Amino acid sequence: MLIELENIHFSYSGHPPVFKEMSFALKPGEKVGMVGPNGSGKSTLLHLIMGLLKPSAGTIRLFGEKAETEKTFQKARMRIGLLFQNADDQLFSPTVIEDVAFGPLNMGVGTADARRRARETLEALNLTDHANRITHRLSGGEKKLVALATVLVMQPEVLLLDEPTTGLDEATYRRIVEILQKIEASCIIVSHEYDFLALTTRTVYALKEGKIDYNGDSSLLHSHYHFHPGGVVPHSHS
Amino acid sequence: MIREEFSFGASVMHRLDPRLKLLAATGFSIVVALSTRWMALAGALIFASVLLMFARLPVKSVGPRLFAVNAFVGLFWVMLPLSVSGSPLYSAGPVSVSLEGFALAGRLTLKSNSIVMAFMALAATSSIGALGAAMNRLRFPEKLTLLFLLTYRYLFVIQEEYERLKRAALMRGFKPKTDLHTYRTYAYWIAVLFVRASARAQRVQDAMTCRGFSGKFHTLREDEWTFRDSAWSVVLTAMVLVLVMVEWSPVSCS
Repeated sequence: MLIELENIHFSYSGHPPVFKEMSFALKPGEKVGMVGPNGSGKSTLLHLIMGLLKPSAGTIRLFGEKAETEKTFQKARMRIGLLFQNADDQLFSPTVIEDVAFGPLNMGVGTADARRRARETLEALNLTDHANRITHRLSGGEKKLVALATVLVMQPEVLLLDEPTTGLDEATYRRIVEILQKIEASCIIVSHEYDFLALTTRTVYALKEGKIDYNGDSSLLHSHYHFHPGGVVPHSHS
Repeated sequence: MIREEFSFGASVMHRLDPRLKLLAATGFSIVVALSTRWMALAGALIFASVLLMFARLPVKSVGPRLFAVNAFVGLFWVMLPLSVSGSPLYSAGPVSVSLEGFALAGRLTLKSNSIVMAFMALAATSSIGALGAAMNRLRFPEKLTLLFLLTYRYLFVIQEEYERLKRAALMRGFKPKTDLHTYRTYAYWIAVLFVRASARAQRVQDAMTCRGFSGKFHTLREDEWTFRDSAWSVVLTAMVLVLVMVEWSPVSCS
Protein backbone atom coordinates (compact mmCIF):
# COMPACT_ATOMS: atom_id res chain seq x y z
CA MET A 1 0.00 0.00 0.00
CA LEU A 2 1.24 3.45 -0.83
CA ILE A 3 -1.26 5.33 1.26
CA GLU A 4 -3.43 3.96 4.03
CA LEU A 5 -5.89 5.94 6.07
CA GLU A 6 -7.57 4.16 8.96
CA ASN A 7 -10.55 5.38 10.96
CA ILE A 8 -9.70 9.00 10.39
CA HIS A 9 -11.59 11.66 12.29
CA PHE A 10 -11.21 15.26 11.31
CA SER A 11 -13.05 18.52 11.83
CA TYR A 12 -12.21 22.18 11.37
CA SER A 13 -12.60 23.96 14.69
CA GLY A 14 -16.15 25.12 15.27
CA HIS A 15 -17.55 23.04 12.42
CA PRO A 16 -19.22 19.64 12.22
CA PRO A 17 -16.75 16.81 11.48
CA VAL A 18 -15.62 16.38 7.89
CA PHE A 19 -14.51 12.77 8.40
CA LYS A 20 -15.85 10.17 10.82
CA GLU A 21 -14.21 6.75 10.89
CA MET A 22 -13.02 7.30 7.35
CA SER A 23 -10.76 4.68 5.79
CA PHE A 24 -9.13 4.58 2.40
CA ALA A 25 -6.16 2.93 0.73
CA LEU A 26 -4.22 3.52 -2.45
CA LYS A 27 -2.37 0.60 -4.03
CA PRO A 28 0.69 0.99 -6.30
CA GLY A 29 -0.30 1.74 -9.87
CA GLU A 30 -3.84 2.67 -8.96
CA LYS A 31 -5.50 5.68 -10.53
CA VAL A 32 -8.41 6.78 -8.48
CA GLY A 33 -11.00 9.47 -8.98
CA MET A 34 -12.63 11.16 -6.03
CA VAL A 35 -16.04 12.75 -6.34
CA GLY A 36 -18.30 14.44 -3.85
CA PRO A 37 -20.27 17.64 -3.34
CA ASN A 38 -18.64 20.91 -2.29
CA GLY A 39 -17.56 20.80 1.30
CA SER A 40 -17.51 17.00 1.46
CA GLY A 41 -13.79 17.08 2.30
CA LYS A 42 -12.09 16.29 -1.00
CA SER A 43 -9.32 18.86 -0.55
CA THR A 44 -9.16 18.08 3.16
CA LEU A 45 -8.41 14.45 2.29
CA LEU A 46 -5.43 15.47 0.14
CA HIS A 47 -4.16 17.86 2.82
CA LEU A 48 -4.39 15.12 5.46
CA ILE A 49 -2.29 12.82 3.29
CA MET A 50 0.34 15.55 2.87
CA GLY A 51 0.40 16.28 6.60
CA LEU A 52 -0.77 19.86 6.13
CA LEU A 53 -3.71 19.01 8.39
CA LYS A 54 -3.62 16.58 11.27
CA PRO A 55 -6.48 14.16 12.05
CA SER A 56 -7.92 14.20 15.55
CA ALA A 57 -7.98 10.41 15.57
CA GLY A 58 -6.95 7.54 13.32
CA THR A 59 -3.74 6.51 11.61
CA ILE A 60 -2.11 7.53 8.38
CA ARG A 61 0.44 5.19 6.85
CA LEU A 62 2.57 6.41 3.97
CA PHE A 63 4.70 3.88 2.08
CA GLY A 64 4.16 1.42 4.91
CA GLU A 65 5.42 3.82 7.55
CA LYS A 66 3.18 5.30 10.20
CA ALA A 67 3.08 9.04 9.65
CA GLU A 68 2.62 11.09 12.78
CA THR A 69 5.51 13.48 13.09
CA GLU A 70 6.44 16.31 10.75
CA LYS A 71 9.64 14.42 9.98
CA THR A 72 7.90 11.39 8.49
CA PHE A 73 5.65 13.65 6.46
CA GLN A 74 8.66 15.61 5.22
CA LYS A 75 10.17 12.38 3.94
CA ALA A 76 6.92 11.31 2.33
CA ARG A 77 6.41 14.69 0.64
CA MET A 78 9.48 13.96 -1.48
CA ARG A 79 7.59 10.99 -2.94
CA ILE A 80 4.07 12.46 -3.14
CA GLY A 81 3.22 15.43 -5.33
CA LEU A 82 0.19 17.62 -4.71
CA LEU A 83 -1.19 19.87 -7.41
CA PHE A 84 -3.12 22.67 -5.75
CA GLN A 85 -6.46 23.83 -6.99
CA ASN A 86 -5.17 27.33 -7.65
CA ALA A 87 -1.95 27.46 -9.64
CA ASP A 88 -1.20 30.96 -8.32
CA ASP A 89 -0.69 29.42 -4.89
CA GLN A 90 1.86 27.04 -6.29
CA LEU A 91 3.91 29.36 -8.47
CA PHE A 92 5.73 31.87 -6.31
CA SER A 93 9.15 32.18 -7.91
CA PRO A 94 9.99 35.06 -10.26
CA THR A 95 10.51 32.83 -13.30
CA VAL A 96 9.16 29.50 -14.52
CA ILE A 97 12.48 27.67 -14.48
CA GLU A 98 13.19 28.79 -10.91
CA ASP A 99 9.81 27.58 -9.77
CA VAL A 100 10.21 24.19 -11.42
CA ALA A 101 13.68 23.84 -9.89
CA PHE A 102 12.43 24.77 -6.40
CA GLY A 103 11.44 21.19 -5.46
CA PRO A 104 14.66 19.53 -6.66
CA LEU A 105 16.74 22.20 -4.87
CA ASN A 106 14.88 21.40 -1.66
CA MET A 107 15.57 17.71 -2.25
CA GLY A 108 19.24 18.61 -2.02
CA VAL A 109 20.35 17.98 -5.60
CA GLY A 110 22.86 20.59 -6.75
CA THR A 111 22.07 23.71 -8.75
CA ALA A 112 23.24 22.27 -12.06
CA ASP A 113 21.28 19.07 -11.52
CA ALA A 114 18.17 20.96 -10.47
CA ARG A 115 18.39 23.12 -13.56
CA ARG A 116 18.84 20.06 -15.79
CA ARG A 117 15.86 18.29 -14.25
CA ALA A 118 13.70 21.38 -14.55
CA ARG A 119 14.64 21.72 -18.23
CA GLU A 120 13.87 18.06 -18.91
CA THR A 121 10.48 18.30 -17.25
CA LEU A 122 9.57 21.46 -19.14
CA GLU A 123 10.66 19.77 -22.34
CA ALA A 124 8.55 16.70 -21.61
CA LEU A 125 5.52 18.91 -21.10
CA ASN A 126 6.29 21.01 -24.16
CA LEU A 127 6.88 24.11 -22.06
CA THR A 128 10.50 24.83 -22.94
CA ASP A 129 9.64 28.19 -24.49
CA HIS A 130 8.26 29.39 -21.18
CA ALA A 131 11.35 28.59 -19.09
CA ASN A 132 12.44 32.19 -18.58
CA ARG A 133 9.03 33.79 -18.47
CA ILE A 134 7.82 35.62 -15.39
CA THR A 135 5.34 33.35 -13.60
CA HIS A 136 2.66 35.93 -12.93
CA ARG A 137 2.53 36.88 -16.59
CA LEU A 138 1.51 33.38 -17.72
CA SER A 139 -2.07 32.71 -18.81
CA GLY A 140 -4.36 30.59 -16.63
CA GLY A 141 -3.80 27.46 -18.71
CA GLU A 142 -0.04 27.96 -18.82
CA LYS A 143 0.03 28.46 -15.05
CA LYS A 144 -1.73 25.13 -14.57
CA LEU A 145 0.70 23.28 -16.83
CA VAL A 146 3.72 24.88 -15.17
CA ALA A 147 2.28 24.04 -11.74
CA LEU A 148 2.00 20.44 -12.90
CA ALA A 149 5.64 20.61 -14.03
CA THR A 150 6.73 21.84 -10.59
CA VAL A 151 5.19 18.69 -9.12
CA LEU A 152 6.30 16.20 -11.80
CA VAL A 153 9.92 17.38 -11.68
CA MET A 154 10.20 15.73 -8.26
CA GLN A 155 9.29 12.40 -9.90
CA PRO A 156 6.62 11.54 -7.36
CA GLU A 157 5.41 7.99 -6.89
CA VAL A 158 2.00 9.31 -6.00
CA LEU A 159 0.27 12.28 -7.55
CA LEU A 160 -2.59 14.07 -5.82
CA LEU A 161 -4.55 16.45 -8.01
CA ASP A 162 -7.07 18.89 -6.60
CA GLU A 163 -9.61 19.76 -9.30
CA PRO A 164 -6.99 20.01 -12.02
CA THR A 165 -9.39 21.08 -14.78
CA THR A 166 -11.34 23.96 -13.28
CA GLY A 167 -11.37 26.96 -15.55
CA LEU A 168 -9.20 25.44 -18.28
CA ASP A 169 -9.76 25.88 -21.98
CA GLU A 170 -10.26 22.91 -24.28
CA ALA A 171 -6.62 22.72 -25.45
CA THR A 172 -5.09 22.81 -21.96
CA TYR A 173 -7.71 20.32 -20.76
CA ARG A 174 -6.68 17.88 -23.47
CA ARG A 175 -2.99 18.33 -22.67
CA ILE A 176 -3.59 17.60 -19.00
CA VAL A 177 -5.53 14.46 -19.98
CA GLU A 178 -2.68 13.33 -22.25
CA ILE A 179 -0.07 13.93 -19.55
CA LEU A 180 -2.06 12.06 -16.91
CA GLN A 181 -2.71 9.14 -19.25
CA LYS A 182 1.03 8.75 -19.88
CA ILE A 183 2.15 9.12 -16.30
CA GLU A 184 3.25 6.08 -14.31
CA ALA A 185 2.69 7.46 -10.82
CA SER A 186 -0.35 6.38 -8.87
CA CYS A 187 -2.95 9.12 -8.72
CA ILE A 188 -5.79 10.42 -6.66
CA ILE A 189 -7.72 12.93 -8.72
CA VAL A 190 -10.37 15.07 -7.11
CA SER A 191 -12.78 16.42 -9.69
CA HIS A 192 -16.35 17.33 -10.46
CA GLU A 193 -15.92 16.46 -14.09
CA TYR A 194 -17.00 12.90 -14.74
CA ASP A 195 -15.76 12.92 -18.32
CA PHE A 196 -12.30 13.89 -17.11
CA LEU A 197 -12.23 11.13 -14.49
CA ALA A 198 -13.44 8.60 -17.05
CA LEU A 199 -10.44 9.52 -19.22
CA THR A 200 -7.78 9.58 -16.52
CA THR A 201 -8.74 7.11 -13.78
CA ARG A 202 -9.84 3.52 -13.47
CA THR A 203 -11.87 3.51 -10.28
CA VAL A 204 -13.94 6.14 -8.59
CA TYR A 205 -14.66 6.74 -4.95
CA ALA A 206 -17.30 9.03 -3.53
CA LEU A 207 -17.11 11.11 -0.37
CA LYS A 208 -20.35 10.94 1.49
CA GLU A 209 -21.25 11.76 5.07
CA GLY A 210 -17.69 11.73 6.31
CA LYS A 211 -16.71 8.47 4.66
CA ILE A 212 -15.18 7.31 1.39
CA ASP A 213 -17.07 4.65 -0.56
CA TYR A 214 -16.07 2.66 -3.58
CA ASN A 215 -18.29 3.92 -6.34
CA GLY A 216 -17.38 1.75 -9.29
CA ASP A 217 -15.47 1.66 -12.49
CA SER A 218 -14.59 5.04 -14.07
CA SER A 219 -15.62 3.84 -17.52
CA LEU A 220 -19.21 3.96 -16.32
CA LEU A 221 -18.87 7.66 -15.67
CA HIS A 222 -19.93 10.22 -18.16
CA SER A 223 -21.97 13.34 -18.03
CA HIS A 224 -25.23 13.42 -19.89
CA TYR A 225 -26.05 16.04 -22.39
CA HIS A 226 -28.81 13.89 -23.94
CA PHE A 227 -32.26 13.04 -22.69
CA HIS A 228 -31.71 9.83 -20.92
CA PRO A 229 -34.46 7.48 -22.01
CA GLY A 230 -34.10 8.62 -25.59
CA GLY A 231 -30.34 8.02 -25.75
CA VAL A 232 -29.37 5.99 -28.80
CA VAL A 233 -26.22 4.44 -27.41
CA PRO A 234 -27.15 1.60 -25.07
CA HIS A 235 -25.51 1.90 -21.67
CA SER A 236 -26.09 0.98 -18.07
CA HIS A 237 -25.48 2.60 -14.69
CA SER A 238 -24.45 1.18 -11.39
CA MET B 1 2.08 47.39 -10.98
CA ILE B 2 5.81 46.72 -11.12
CA ARG B 3 6.82 46.64 -14.75
CA GLU B 4 10.57 46.39 -14.27
CA GLU B 5 10.97 48.29 -17.52
CA PHE B 6 14.51 49.35 -16.64
CA SER B 7 15.65 45.77 -16.16
CA PHE B 8 15.53 45.11 -19.89
CA GLY B 9 18.60 46.32 -21.69
CA ALA B 10 22.12 45.44 -22.67
CA SER B 11 24.15 48.32 -21.27
CA VAL B 12 27.19 47.72 -19.13
CA MET B 13 25.07 48.47 -16.06
CA HIS B 14 22.63 45.74 -17.06
CA ARG B 15 25.43 43.25 -17.44
CA LEU B 16 27.15 43.86 -14.11
CA ASP B 17 26.74 41.28 -11.38
CA PRO B 18 23.63 42.19 -9.34
CA ARG B 19 25.58 41.57 -6.12
CA LEU B 20 28.08 44.26 -7.02
CA LYS B 21 25.32 46.67 -8.02
CA LEU B 22 23.38 46.04 -4.84
CA LEU B 23 26.41 46.64 -2.64
CA ALA B 24 27.48 49.71 -4.61
CA ALA B 25 24.00 51.25 -4.51
CA THR B 26 23.75 50.63 -0.78
CA GLY B 27 27.22 52.00 0.01
CA PHE B 28 26.72 55.04 -2.21
CA SER B 29 23.33 55.82 -0.62
CA ILE B 30 24.64 55.59 2.92
CA VAL B 31 27.56 57.91 2.21
CA VAL B 32 25.36 60.41 0.36
CA ALA B 33 22.70 60.34 3.06
CA LEU B 34 25.32 61.18 5.70
CA SER B 35 27.15 63.85 3.68
CA THR B 36 26.64 67.56 4.31
CA ARG B 37 29.39 69.34 2.35
CA TRP B 38 28.35 70.87 -0.94
CA MET B 39 31.40 69.49 -2.75
CA ALA B 40 30.56 65.96 -1.70
CA LEU B 41 26.91 66.33 -2.64
CA ALA B 42 27.72 67.89 -6.00
CA GLY B 43 30.21 65.09 -6.62
CA ALA B 44 27.55 62.52 -5.76
CA LEU B 45 25.15 64.07 -8.25
CA ILE B 46 27.81 63.97 -10.96
CA PHE B 47 28.75 60.36 -10.20
CA ALA B 48 25.10 59.29 -10.19
CA SER B 49 24.51 61.05 -13.53
CA VAL B 50 27.50 59.29 -15.02
CA LEU B 51 26.21 55.91 -13.84
CA LEU B 52 22.80 56.73 -15.26
CA MET B 53 24.39 57.58 -18.60
CA PHE B 54 26.16 54.23 -18.62
CA ALA B 55 22.83 52.49 -17.97
CA ARG B 56 21.38 54.11 -21.11
CA LEU B 57 17.84 54.07 -19.80
CA PRO B 58 15.08 55.62 -21.90
CA VAL B 59 14.88 59.33 -21.10
CA LYS B 60 11.11 59.17 -21.52
CA SER B 61 10.85 56.93 -18.45
CA VAL B 62 13.64 58.45 -16.37
CA GLY B 63 12.23 61.97 -16.68
CA PRO B 64 8.83 61.33 -15.10
CA ARG B 65 10.44 59.46 -12.22
CA LEU B 66 12.81 62.28 -11.41
CA PHE B 67 9.91 64.68 -11.76
CA ALA B 68 7.93 62.70 -9.18
CA VAL B 69 10.84 62.87 -6.74
CA ASN B 70 11.38 66.58 -7.27
CA ALA B 71 7.71 67.45 -7.05
CA PHE B 72 7.84 66.02 -3.55
CA VAL B 73 11.17 67.68 -2.78
CA GLY B 74 9.65 70.96 -4.01
CA LEU B 75 7.46 70.98 -0.93
CA PHE B 76 10.58 71.25 1.22
CA TRP B 77 11.68 74.36 -0.68
CA VAL B 78 8.50 75.97 0.57
CA MET B 79 8.40 74.52 4.06
CA LEU B 80 12.02 74.48 5.21
CA PRO B 81 12.91 78.19 4.70
CA LEU B 82 9.86 79.05 6.79
CA SER B 83 10.43 76.52 9.55
CA VAL B 84 14.22 76.30 9.97
CA SER B 85 15.54 79.01 12.22
CA GLY B 86 18.67 80.94 11.26
CA SER B 87 19.74 84.18 9.68
CA PRO B 88 16.63 85.69 8.08
CA LEU B 89 16.80 86.60 4.41
CA TYR B 90 13.48 88.28 4.54
CA SER B 91 10.92 88.72 7.24
CA ALA B 92 7.42 90.06 7.41
CA GLY B 93 5.88 90.12 10.84
CA PRO B 94 6.02 86.65 12.40
CA VAL B 95 7.03 85.05 9.10
CA SER B 96 10.72 84.89 8.27
CA VAL B 97 12.56 83.09 5.53
CA SER B 98 15.94 81.70 6.53
CA LEU B 99 19.06 81.08 4.52
CA GLU B 100 19.66 77.88 6.46
CA GLY B 101 16.27 76.60 5.34
CA PHE B 102 17.19 77.09 1.69
CA ALA B 103 20.53 75.42 2.25
CA LEU B 104 18.85 72.42 3.81
CA ALA B 105 16.35 72.17 0.98
CA GLY B 106 19.24 72.37 -1.47
CA ARG B 107 21.12 69.55 0.21
CA LEU B 108 17.96 67.47 0.30
CA THR B 109 17.45 67.98 -3.43
CA LEU B 110 21.00 66.93 -4.27
CA LYS B 111 20.86 63.91 -1.98
CA SER B 112 17.52 62.57 -3.12
CA ASN B 113 18.30 63.01 -6.80
CA SER B 114 21.71 61.36 -6.47
CA ILE B 115 20.32 58.39 -4.58
CA VAL B 116 17.35 57.87 -6.89
CA MET B 117 19.57 58.14 -9.96
CA ALA B 118 22.13 55.73 -8.53
CA PHE B 119 19.38 53.23 -7.73
CA MET B 120 17.92 53.57 -11.21
CA ALA B 121 21.34 52.94 -12.73
CA LEU B 122 22.39 50.15 -10.39
CA ALA B 123 19.39 48.40 -8.83
CA ALA B 124 16.63 48.97 -11.38
CA THR B 125 18.77 47.54 -14.17
CA SER B 126 18.38 44.10 -12.60
CA SER B 127 15.10 42.22 -12.43
CA ILE B 128 13.52 41.75 -9.02
CA GLY B 129 14.25 38.06 -9.29
CA ALA B 130 17.94 38.72 -9.91
CA LEU B 131 18.09 41.15 -6.98
CA GLY B 132 16.44 38.57 -4.70
CA ALA B 133 18.97 35.95 -5.76
CA ALA B 134 21.78 38.46 -5.20
CA MET B 135 20.47 39.23 -1.71
CA ASN B 136 20.45 35.52 -1.00
CA ARG B 137 23.99 35.03 -2.28
CA LEU B 138 25.20 38.00 -0.22
CA ARG B 139 23.82 36.17 2.82
CA PHE B 140 21.06 38.63 3.55
CA PRO B 141 18.70 37.17 6.16
CA GLU B 142 16.63 34.54 4.33
CA LYS B 143 13.38 35.83 5.75
CA LEU B 144 14.01 39.26 4.25
CA THR B 145 14.90 37.82 0.88
CA LEU B 146 11.82 35.60 0.79
CA LEU B 147 9.62 38.45 1.94
CA PHE B 148 11.03 40.61 -0.83
CA LEU B 149 10.47 38.00 -3.53
CA LEU B 150 7.03 36.89 -2.33
CA THR B 151 5.82 40.47 -1.98
CA TYR B 152 6.83 41.09 -5.56
CA ARG B 153 5.07 37.93 -6.74
CA TYR B 154 1.82 38.41 -4.87
CA LEU B 155 1.38 42.16 -5.31
CA PHE B 156 -0.02 41.29 -8.73
CA VAL B 157 -2.41 38.73 -7.31
CA ILE B 158 -3.64 41.16 -4.66
CA GLN B 159 -4.03 43.84 -7.30
CA GLU B 160 -6.12 41.45 -9.42
CA GLU B 161 -8.25 40.68 -6.41
CA TYR B 162 -8.74 44.38 -5.81
CA GLU B 163 -9.73 44.95 -9.45
CA ARG B 164 -12.26 42.12 -9.20
CA LEU B 165 -13.83 43.65 -6.08
CA LYS B 166 -13.93 47.04 -7.73
CA ARG B 167 -15.54 45.70 -10.89
CA ALA B 168 -18.12 43.77 -8.89
CA ALA B 169 -19.04 46.95 -7.04
CA LEU B 170 -19.15 49.09 -10.19
CA MET B 171 -21.36 46.50 -11.92
CA ARG B 172 -23.87 46.98 -9.15
CA GLY B 173 -23.96 50.72 -9.59
CA PHE B 174 -21.40 51.80 -6.99
CA LYS B 175 -20.35 55.43 -7.45
CA PRO B 176 -17.67 56.71 -5.09
CA LYS B 177 -18.87 59.84 -3.27
CA THR B 178 -17.90 61.65 -0.12
CA ASP B 179 -20.26 59.76 2.13
CA LEU B 180 -20.36 57.05 4.72
CA HIS B 181 -21.52 54.42 2.23
CA THR B 182 -18.43 55.01 0.10
CA TYR B 183 -16.06 54.93 3.06
CA ARG B 184 -17.66 51.76 4.36
CA THR B 185 -17.33 50.13 0.95
CA TYR B 186 -13.65 51.05 0.78
CA ALA B 187 -13.14 49.70 4.28
CA TYR B 188 -14.80 46.42 3.26
CA TRP B 189 -12.50 46.15 0.25
CA ILE B 190 -9.43 46.62 2.37
CA ALA B 191 -10.73 44.13 4.93
CA VAL B 192 -11.47 41.53 2.27
CA LEU B 193 -8.04 42.03 0.71
CA PHE B 194 -6.37 41.46 4.08
CA VAL B 195 -8.39 38.32 4.78
CA ARG B 196 -7.74 36.92 1.31
CA ALA B 197 -4.05 37.79 1.44
CA SER B 198 -3.69 35.99 4.73
CA ALA B 199 -5.58 32.91 3.49
CA ARG B 200 -3.45 32.92 0.38
CA ALA B 201 -0.27 33.21 2.39
CA GLN B 202 -1.31 30.03 4.19
CA ARG B 203 -1.96 28.21 0.91
CA VAL B 204 1.33 29.37 -0.59
CA GLN B 205 3.15 28.16 2.48
CA ASP B 206 1.35 24.81 2.23
CA ALA B 207 2.35 24.52 -1.41
CA MET B 208 5.96 25.29 -0.52
CA THR B 209 5.91 22.77 2.32
CA CYS B 210 4.59 20.12 -0.06
CA ARG B 211 7.60 20.63 -2.28
CA GLY B 212 9.99 20.13 0.57
CA PHE B 213 10.56 23.71 1.73
CA SER B 214 11.76 23.85 5.29
CA GLY B 215 13.10 27.39 5.63
CA LYS B 216 16.28 27.13 3.62
CA PHE B 217 16.04 29.20 0.48
CA HIS B 218 18.04 27.99 -2.51
CA THR B 219 18.59 29.94 -5.65
CA LEU B 220 19.09 28.71 -9.16
CA ARG B 221 20.82 31.82 -10.41
CA GLU B 222 24.55 31.85 -10.41
CA ASP B 223 25.89 34.88 -12.15
CA GLU B 224 29.50 34.44 -13.06
CA TRP B 225 31.82 37.09 -11.65
CA THR B 226 33.69 38.41 -14.68
CA PHE B 227 36.64 40.68 -15.29
CA ARG B 228 34.15 43.43 -16.10
CA ASP B 229 32.70 43.08 -12.59
CA SER B 230 36.14 43.31 -11.02
CA ALA B 231 36.99 46.40 -13.03
CA TRP B 232 33.71 48.10 -12.18
CA SER B 233 33.95 47.20 -8.53
CA VAL B 234 37.21 49.19 -8.48
CA VAL B 235 35.51 52.13 -10.21
CA LEU B 236 32.46 52.06 -7.94
CA THR B 237 34.53 51.70 -4.78
CA ALA B 238 36.70 54.63 -5.91
CA MET B 239 33.59 56.76 -6.45
CA VAL B 240 32.34 56.08 -2.96
CA LEU B 241 35.81 56.62 -1.46
CA VAL B 242 36.21 59.96 -3.22
CA LEU B 243 32.91 61.09 -1.71
CA VAL B 244 34.00 59.88 1.73
CA MET B 245 37.28 61.77 1.42
CA VAL B 246 35.68 64.98 0.24
CA GLU B 247 33.11 64.84 3.01
CA TRP B 248 35.32 63.80 5.90
CA SER B 249 38.73 65.25 5.06
CA PRO B 250 39.86 67.79 7.68
CA VAL B 251 40.24 70.53 5.05
CA SER B 252 36.97 72.23 4.48
CA CYS B 253 36.24 72.62 0.83
CA SER B 254 32.67 73.84 1.03
